[in-house]
Amino acid sequence: MTRTFLSRLAAALAALALITLVLPMAAEAQVNPRESSVNEDAMFEALGAGGTVSGRVTIPDQASGNLIVPDNKGWAALQGQTLHTLSIVAVVGMVVLLALFYMFRGKIRIDGGFSGRKILRFNAVERFAHWTLASTFIILALTGLNLIIGKSVIRPIIGEGAFGTLSAWGKVAHNYLAWPFMASLVLIFLLWVIHNVPNRLDWQWLKMGGGLLKKGVHPPARKFNAGQKLIFWSVIIGGALLSWTGIMLLFPGEVASAADWQFYQILHALVAAALSALVIAHIYIGSVGMEGAFDAMGSGEVDENWAKEHHSLWVEEVKSTQARNTAQVQQTPAE
Amino acid sequence: MARMKFLCDADRCIECQACVTACKNEHEVPWGINRRRVVTINDGLPGERSVSMACMHCDDAPCAAVCPVDCFYTTADAVVLHNKDTCIGCGYCSYACPFGAPQFPRTANFGTRGKMDKCTYCSGGPETDMSQAEYVKYGSNRLAEGKLPLCAEMCSTKSLLAGDGDIIAEIYRERVVTRGYGSGAWGWRTAYGETVTV
Repeated sequence: MTRTFLSRLAAALAALALITLVLPMAAEAQVNPRESSVNEDAMFEALGAGGTVSGRVTIPDQASGNLIVPDNKGWAALQGQTLHTLSIVAVVGMVVLLALFYMFRGKIRIDGGFSGRKILRFNAVERFAHWTLASTFIILALTGLNLIIGKSVIRPIIGEGAFGTLSAWGKVAHNYLAWPFMASLVLIFLLWVIHNVPNRLDWQWLKMGGGLLKKGVHPPARKFNAGQKLIFWSVIIGGALLSWTGIMLLFPGEVASAADWQFYQILHALVAAALSALVIAHIYIGSVGMEGAFDAMGSGEVDENWAKEHHSLWVEEVKSTQARNTAQVQQTPAE
Repeated sequence: MARMKFLCDADRCIECQACVTACKNEHEVPWGINRRRVVTINDGLPGERSVSMACMHCDDAPCAAVCPVDCFYTTADAVVLHNKDTCIGCGYCSYACPFGAPQFPRTANFGTRGKMDKCTYCSGGPETDMSQAEYVKYGSNRLAEGKLPLCAEMCSTKSLLAGDGDIIAEIYRERVVTRGYGSGAWGWRTAYGETVTV
């Protein structure tokens, strides 16, 4: 009896000892930090290229749960170096090209000289839309360019304090003038899209180099020649891209992710650099590059000889319309 | 001069948030701005780790590369600081930073941000050391007093280390060798191009 009791006790004690010894060992094995803890190198390897280490945070800003985003350095290099160089190359490159063109070709004169007779080319609404678009674009381009290259071009000249103030005002101007720019872009599109549909004449114009390279060569054109159509569509498409990406940049909270925002910023800067270079060429040919061209957007009335040389078919259209109108007026007898 | 760095030994971090609180209190950081935060990776899973993160004061800081007004500068202690008077609040630095360090005080029309704020490694800004103007803009300047950042000084488990990069790397290396494991010097590879090898 006692013997069986003792043996039972011994067995129970042995079992208890086994439990107290073995269980903690098993528990210890479960939390062994060597076995399962996260490791930075292993984590990046598992995440692959473009991996972001993120986790849980206890603050409202859930985006701060992204612990390490190495890809941001890629955008930093693009913005800090590539765009900086590209913007300078685009703007300075175009100015150099135009200077060479001016030296080689000189000012494009009206072959027949001024006739003294004027034809209305752009009415008040067209000029208003153009100059709203032009003035806002120039300020937007300069303030935008300042954000990319100002630190290496303007800051060394005026100093850190003044440059900070200038850039802060530039940012305000950029944010607010974007809206009249977009409004006039729509207006320009509605006013001129009908005259900018590509046709066979444009191919002929392009093959002749637009008559830009040789004196006395004037391919026929309607209201807008192929070169002007190129400017129109570049401004419309480029302006639309700038507007779309710009709105995304203006409302960063609405953009899905930081990577999307970075994409919009790069696209915005690239399109801006390209369009700025193109507009510099447009300004050149509309002012110092061609005699009589500025009047079209200045007073709105161009010299008849200029119009005949550069927009021969348009002049014929205007004249025939005028003749028809006059004829109609004369045919209708006064009561 | 020392090359100042932070190192968070995640195997010691208990996510007590004392570093976050110490930072907020020391510099009177406004509500909604987090110069330092604690991120828990693999939360709730076996082997989860918490990492206290702030500005890592990178070599070739990407924030400085993208800043349109060039308001960043690196001190003799290799701390990356910025001038709030020059800052235009464009937010570019926050998109360039791999660590989410730059913070912005307000959101107005068109996502306008105020002057950027971030960890100064407790070493103020361009104003005169320990001046009132410096305190208001950047918080206290403990480095000028000969002290290290309060977050690390306050850390109860000595998980967060601050000081010369070589010295804290050596402390971390000894720990890893002694205990036999370590989850790595989080962010070092991204910020300095190399991590602490054991």
